[in-house]
Order: sequence, then structure tokens, then C-alpha cells
Amino acid sequence: MGDKHLSTQFDNELSGISTRVLEMGGLVESQVAQAVYALSTFSGDVATQVLKAEERVNAMEVEIDRDLSSIIARRQPTARDLRLLIAVSKTIANLERIGDEAARIARTVQRLLNSGVSSRLRLPVSDLTFESELATKQLRKALDAFARLDTEGAIEVLRHDDQIDQEFDA
Amino acid sequence: MDTRVDNAITEKAKISVRDLNFYYGGFHALKKINMDLPEKKVTAFIGPSGCGKSTLLRVFNRMFELYPEQRAEGQILLDGQNILDRSMDVSLIRAKVGMVFQKPTPFPMSIYDNIAFGVKLFETLPRVEMDERVEWALRKAALWNEVKDKLDQSGAGLSGGQQQRLCIARGIAIKPEVLLLDEPTSALDPISTGKIEELVHELKSDYTVLIVTHNMQQAARCSDYTAYMYLGDLVEFGPTPEVFTKPKRKDTEDYITGRFG
Repeated sequence: MGDKHLSTQFDNELSGISTRVLEMGGLVESQVAQAVYALSTFSGDVATQVLKAEERVNAMEVEIDRDLSSIIARRQPTARDLRLLIAVSKTIANLERIGDEAARIARTVQRLLNSGVSSRLRLPVSDLTFESELATKQLRKALDAFARLDTEGAIEVLRHDDQIDQEFDA
Repeated sequence: MDTRVDNAITEKAKISVRDLNFYYGGFHALKKINMDLPEKKVTAFIGPSGCGKSTLLRVFNRMFELYPEQRAEGQILLDGQNILDRSMDVSLIRAKVGMVFQKPTPFPMSIYDNIAFGVKLFETLPRVEMDERVEWALRKAALWNEVKDKLDQSGAGLSGGQQQRLCIARGIAIKPEVLLLDEPTSALDPISTGKIEELVHELKSDYTVLIVTHNMQQAARCSDYTAYMYLGDLVEFGPTPEVFTKPKRKDTEDYITGRFG
């Protein structure tokens, strides 16, 4: 008894949906990094790219969500397959939210530029980049844990979350 | 494989299986089964063909005794009484433990007599009471409205789904305490299947229902507890929601997720 289903097609559907979650995660990850870069350098162009990526992220969430419904309806998954699909459902909602936050940062940059802030202005960004690096690292680790179905890695991410909260409070 | 009574099912047991071994001649078909089947609950038995689930069901009413080369060892305690004890009257056991088979098996007689026939074996009722019993059983089996105007017609004239509900009505007319259903819907369409499943849900308020099914979704839909069997072993037995979302054993998980083969 291996890890493969009797139905290869079902295996393909599950691995296909996981791959697309990771793809969406990668997109969101770079969106966050770009948003922070746009803010720290007051780059209108980069902010625009972030907002473009936002559309793609939203569309991916809708596509993955539709495929989830289809798999659940046709395969009636149980046990770890069911748990995986429920996790995917929550994951894409959270990724989409992260994308929204990145877009908010990008819109802030655009608003500041429109209100006459010089694009040559540089913010004292060391705190900001430190924070954002912690956050993007967390996201990457979470996605890695998902890709490898690595529970240890997932628990590690949860532990680090407290660290970020403390940094933010400070 | 270890088949101790695990999963700590705390509800009152209607049937307790203790160290049950079953043989078809030299073939060891059930291996030291131990389990407590909760009263007035639905327990589903799942597993691939040949795993022993139907065999186990047929031990619960000593159906196997029809065949001389088959034998059971161990104990099956129905309310504390060992029904495998030779001194137990087999017809009394079958009055307490009714059975419905995979294929609808109406007797070649009227709808009314299909129900009354079994009752007459165990009780002598005046006509009025028999009428009441027949109506009660047909109502309980959700068939009354469809047949009340043709009780004198042959049971064979009913549709497959109706015939199966007739068999369930026949099974419950003798007022058993336990109802054994051996793949009761495998020959039925989804609508008839839905009706039988609804019926199973209704029946458990009065009966302890044990159902063997190849349809895992059916087990998931209509049972309170699920037992997974493989090659004569009871691999896992626990609350159905748990078995179908987070089974304790990998073998169970592989089977219910379709990784088995």
C-alpha cells in the first residue's frame, strides 16, 4: 500500500491543486517584497506592478476554489485527502488576504506620490525592512512546509509568529 | 493483527463480540474479533471483498449454521447472553435479530402476507392486531402510503426499492432488537437508496442496526460507528466521523481514501 490512489487521475488532481497553491504563494511572496520595496524607494512603477499582480492573485484564488469544489463533488475525499483540501481552501483565502495587504501598501505609495511626495525621498527603512523580511521569511517557510507536508516546519512557523508580534509591539 | 477492544466506545453495548474466530472448513475467515456494538446505534462494516464483514453479520443470527462445514468459536453476547451457546434456541435468536439481504427477497405471496408470515411464526395474533402490526411495519419501513390500497397484491409486483422496503418491514414486523442489513441498497437506484438510508436513520431509535456496505459514502452518511475489516481482522472500529476524517490506523486511511490495491 503506497501513497498513490487507485485513481491516478485523482493523484494528478491533488498534486495539481497543491502546485497551484504554491504558485499562488510564490506570487504573493514576491508581491509583498515588491510592495515593501515600492514603499521604501517610493517607486510608483513597482507599486503598479504589485497592483497588477493583485488581479492575478485574486483570479487564482477563484480558479483554485472552483477546482476544490469540483474535486470534492466528484471524488468525495476522506481522511488526509479531505484534510488537505480543507487546508488548501483556508490557505488560498489567507494568501489572498496577504495579497490584499500588499496591494494596500502599494496604494499607499501611489497616494503619497500623487500628493506630491518626492520619489527621491527615502524613508528610514531599517525597521520596516527588518519587519517585512521576518514576515516574508515566515510566508516562505509556511509554503515550504506545505510543499513538503512537513508538520515540524509548520510548527516552527507558528513559534516564530510570536517573535514577529513582539517586534511589531516594540 | 491486534484486535483488542479499542477506541473506548463507552456507550451501552447491545452485542459484545469476544474472541470470535470463524472457519469455513479449514479457512480461517474471522480472526479473534473483539468489539462492543452500541445499542440503538447504526454500525457500518466496511472492507474489501472477502474481508469477513458479511461473514461476521451472518454469525450474529447464527445464519451460518445452515452449512455444516462452517463453525464459530468464541462468544457473541446479546444483552449478556452468548448466542453461540448450543443451548440457545436459534429461532428465538432470529426473532431478536432480523436480517435483510442484498437482493430483495419478497415471498411469493401478497404484500400483507409477506409481513404477516414472519409474525405468525412467533406470535398468534387476532386478525385486528395482525392488521395493526402489518400497517405498523409498513409505516415504519416508509412503504405504507405506496401499498395501502394493494395489500392483497403480490409483493413481486413492487419495484426493487419497494421490495427492499417490504423486506425491511418484514424484518421489523417481528419486533426484533437488532437488524442486520447486508448491502441492502447495492441493487437499488439512488432514490430508493436514499429512502432506505433515511429509514435506517429512523430505525435506530428503536433498533440496533448493523449494516454491511461496499459503498463507503453510505457508511459515512448513515452510520454512527464504522468498523473496517481486512482479511478477517478487525482493523479499526470507532465513531464514523473520526474514521472518515482522521482514522487511527494507516491501513484504514489507505482503504477509505482509495489508496488500497
